[in-house]
Amino acid sequence: MVGIVVLAHSRKLAEGVAEMARAMGVGKAVVEPAGGDEHGGLGTSMERLKRAVRTADGGDGVVVLADLGSSVLTAKVFVAAAGTGVILVDAPLVEGAVAAASMAATGADLRAVVRAAEAARGHRKT
Amino acid sequence: MSILDWVRRSAELIAAEAERLSRLDAAIGDGDHGHNLDRGFAAAVEALPEHGTPGRALVVAGRTIVSTTGGVSGPLYGMAVRRAGKELGDAGVVDAVRLGAALRGALETVQELGEAQEGEKTMVDALAPAVAAYEQALAAGGDLAECTRAAADAAERGAQATVPMQARKGRASYLGKRSIGHLDPGAVSTALLIRALADLASEHA
Repeated sequence: MVGIVVLAHSRKLAEGVAEMARAMGVGKAVVEPAGGDEHGGLGTSMERLKRAVRTADGGDGVVVLADLGSSVLTAKVFVAAAGTGVILVDAPLVEGAVAAASMAATGADLRAVVRAAEAARGHRKT
Repeated sequence: MSILDWVRRSAELIAAEAERLSRLDAAIGDGDHGHNLDRGFAAAVEALPEHGTPGRALVVAGRTIVSTTGGVSGPLYGMAVRRAGKELGDAGVVDAVRLGAALRGALETVQELGEAQEGEKTMVDALAPAVAAYEQALAAGGDLAECTRAAADAAERGAQATVPMQARKGRASYLGKRSIGHLDPGAVSTALLIRALADLASEHA
């Protein structure tokens, strides 16, 4: 199954989004939070991201969702070095994580999960 | 000039200026720039290999900066330093031509990763004029000391020129016009790192 990593500045935010994606997704998905800096404060940690990707990786690839700023940059750098199995998606954090988790739980491949996450951008709220 | 000394000198300069850099950042960002960089460069000094080429040392330093700095500075500075190391390749000695290529590579990496152009109130506003000035000095027959001095002067002027700019990238861009009237902390720290190069080159000239 494709794994999902939620990278955010706040530990609580990452854990909350991961919790929602696991619960609201259709079926059981693997969603790992990578929130906060190394010490649990607000920030981004490459090391936390590495650990989360390792945990989420079941062999079928990993989709990374990032909140903003340094999370996005950290994810870009990580993904560039990680090779083709890890993909950073351009998606809203909450909707993208829920969509990705739903699709991943069906056993869909990496490309399908990426598409599902990025399609979440189109869901307008007004 | 020793590249290992550049990493050490940079770490000293950043440690000395950390408070000021974070204060500049607090005006338009989250106020951690100096302390983040201080942590990253201190870790880079610790990680420097005792043996091997200058290029290899920079690659190791860059990797360490990426993983320990935090914020956008970690990926940007770390990958820039790493790219500079790759540009130096297996060269045993850093001469003016090789350092020029390393600086050009660092600028390219920062612009690719940060998707930033000049005039957007970022470190590119110090680094781009520094690289241009370096290359101009090199083309005019300048040696390492002359080229790095030209680069450092241009970087400092570039950093100063960020004051009237409106931020288009990063946290400060959320402030819109209110980002005008402040120095960009990334441009200031970039100028410090290039000044470290110039100081070392003139000491060894």
